[in-house]
Amino acid sequence: MDLNLTEDELAFRDELRSWLAANFPKDWADWREKPIEESFPYLRAWQRKLQEGRWAAVSWPKEYEGRSATLMQQAIFWEEMARVEAPPMANSLGLGLIGPTIIAFGTEAQKKRFIPKILNAEEIWCQGFSEPNAGSDLAGLQTEAVLSGDHYIVNGQKVWTSYGWVGDWCELVVRTDPNVPKHKGLTVLLVDMKSPGIEVRPLRQMTGESEFNELFFRDVRVPVENVLGKVNDGWNVAMSTLMYERGSYGARLHLIFKRYITRLIELARNIQRDGRPAAQDPIIRQKLAQCSAEIEIMRCNQMRAFSRVTATGVPGPEGSIQKIFWSELNQRLQQIAQEILGPYGQLLAGDPRAIDNGMWSYAYLRTRGNTIEAGTSEVQRNIIGHFVLGLPRSY
Amino acid sequence: MQFGLSESQDFLKDSARKFFAGECPSAEVRRLMETDTAYDASLWSKLTDQGYTGIIFPEAYGGVGLGKVELMLLMEEAGRALLPGPFFSTVVLAGAVLDTVCSAAHKHKYLAPICRGETRATVAILESNASWNPRDIQLTASNGKLTGEKYFVTDAAIADFIIVVARNGVFVVDSKAHGLKVSPMSAVDLTRKLYVVEFSNTPAEEIGATADLARAFDIATAALAAELVGGMQRTLDITVEYAKTRKQFGKPIGMFQAVQHQCADMYLETESSRSAVYYAGWALEENSPDAATAVSIAKMYASDAGRTVGNRGIQIHGGMGFTWENDVHLYYRRAKGSETAFGDATFHRERIASMVIDCGSVSAKSA
Repeated sequence: MDLNLTEDELAFRDELRSWLAANFPKDWADWREKPIEESFPYLRAWQRKLQEGRWAAVSWPKEYEGRSATLMQQAIFWEEMARVEAPPMANSLGLGLIGPTIIAFGTEAQKKRFIPKILNAEEIWCQGFSEPNAGSDLAGLQTEAVLSGDHYIVNGQKVWTSYGWVGDWCELVVRTDPNVPKHKGLTVLLVDMKSPGIEVRPLRQMTGESEFNELFFRDVRVPVENVLGKVNDGWNVAMSTLMYERGSYGARLHLIFKRYITRLIELARNIQRDGRPAAQDPIIRQKLAQCSAEIEIMRCNQMRAFSRVTATGVPGPEGSIQKIFWSELNQRLQQIAQEILGPYGQLLAGDPRAIDNGMWSYAYLRTRGNTIEAGTSEVQRNIIGHFVLGLPRSY
Repeated sequence: MQFGLSESQDFLKDSARKFFAGECPSAEVRRLMETDTAYDASLWSKLTDQGYTGIIFPEAYGGVGLGKVELMLLMEEAGRALLPGPFFSTVVLAGAVLDTVCSAAHKHKYLAPICRGETRATVAILESNASWNPRDIQLTASNGKLTGEKYFVTDAAIADFIIVVARNGVFVVDSKAHGLKVSPMSAVDLTRKLYVVEFSNTPAEEIGATADLARAFDIATAALAAELVGGMQRTLDITVEYAKTRKQFGKPIGMFQAVQHQCADMYLETESSRSAVYYAGWALEENSPDAATAVSIAKMYASDAGRTVGNRGIQIHGGMGFTWENDVHLYYRRAKGSETAFGDATFHRERIASMVIDCGSVSAKSA
């Protein structure tokens, strides 16, 4: 056990730091509060800049313009990006989830066709996984693809699609064989979002925004060469994508949560409660301390998991611990924020009396989604129960 | 950065697990807990042969010279086996105090025999106010004599000497000293006995300053948290095994999500405690500026988790969990004792608050 960075890790970090010092966009502050529809060209440009420095996809193999970064280097990458509060990359799903899946399962032609444009943000990717009747039970999805000559004809509906409104391509999971057990009849298609028959609608969520879309497919034609992996092996391909979802990206959460708690402590020093600053209220102190401690433990859990994956070579079901831990911690953190802010906590962005321009009321609502998105807490507990503890499958 | 165990650390942990499984099985724990002191001389000499009694102490005093992470691993395995008797009191607590506060001469006199396995010792801290805040200690030595009482002193009846924390210094009192009276307190944990220690004009040898105890107490606190982790792991293992085999409604109860998800939470709580404990061990070893915070984080989390893991373990066992013959309650009892020792979660949360709210934040090492 040695928690000091190795020479390679230090060199990686220092190279990134000096690149960021020279290239961090100074006008980001003017853009960060704007709606993503408006800032999207800016985010594309930022990704291109990162790619020029070979920083857009550090985890990718060197032959695909990545850096073959170790998991710890990837964690360092996300921490550094969080430290400088860097803009997100426009094609975050393409870079984080779908690109690696194409590299793992794609044909040479597919890699040649898709990878460069993922990297330079020319083609934005979205993910067509969840359906109205297939959420946690993803394998029960019903969107069907029927082979007709050299095309699949796709009909069905997807929900909770991030970047659907701007997506050029979609990693779509479809049912190609309805007559076999549900996991065995799925196939992943790479679908051009400009194909006739696709309709994209915004899905308004409880925060009032529309981060996600609904996708409707009516007789959409997808050429057979756009099958990713093998026909009817889509479950494996899709699971591989979801594995990346629980990868090193979480390393940035430590700094994000720390920023929250630091700000909250600052607020608690200034907000009065029963005639003294909230920061002197013993119950508030207990809760802030609990949260601060859990933020550190989350990081220790992550680092331990990264070391374990590095040693064993495969991301395991332990990622489910991280998912449960951070999502439930974030909810507790926002609840404490509400207790400290009192009536001010409910004020929305734009209200002249809102603290931090309504960030806390937004986060309070938004974090309810944390225990649902990317695998509900219930599904994560099933994964731990079955795959880690060896208990019989409960569903 | 490597937050996994090294080969030698893995080896130490594995061999400790095998050692305790062989020498301290459940039947032995149950036999010892029914005795007055839970001490067994032959087990102690085997612990000594393993080098455990000198694990973190300098070779100059007959120790093995390993680090704090190794101490955490050993205590984790001791906790898994529910090792009864004065190991924590003697080696971890008294040993760390001696190693931290006293002169080389005193170390030769008191620490070396501990390393060699020749003496048992303990540290008397709490008084009737039961406060873990050193400021609340009232007992004061005068002219090399102590008069007063200490409560909740672990393993005092088997100790050859007792280290006494007074307002004006740290003292050693020989178990045969004049005016010393040791009487048992009847407490929940049957494997680590508690005592009232009374002094009446009792001669005491000063060995160090009370203000220098913080680091030794941090080491002991982290080690207790490590021991809790081992207890949690054993409780989890027993419970998962039971959930796989116990059938109701024609199915293993572990198939029901109400049961399975509690097992998942036990796993999450155990692993998170372990992460916090290993980090604390590392921070102590490296004398990292956040070591004290890291210790409080570990003890805070493990104190609560030790209890909740036990709660869930008993609940999942159903009626069996409520019986005397099931081992889960033995771990539950230990967890209760360890939870309050060196400050419970509430105590450590306030300590964390004073460090992160009042003095600015300190955090786990980030990349």
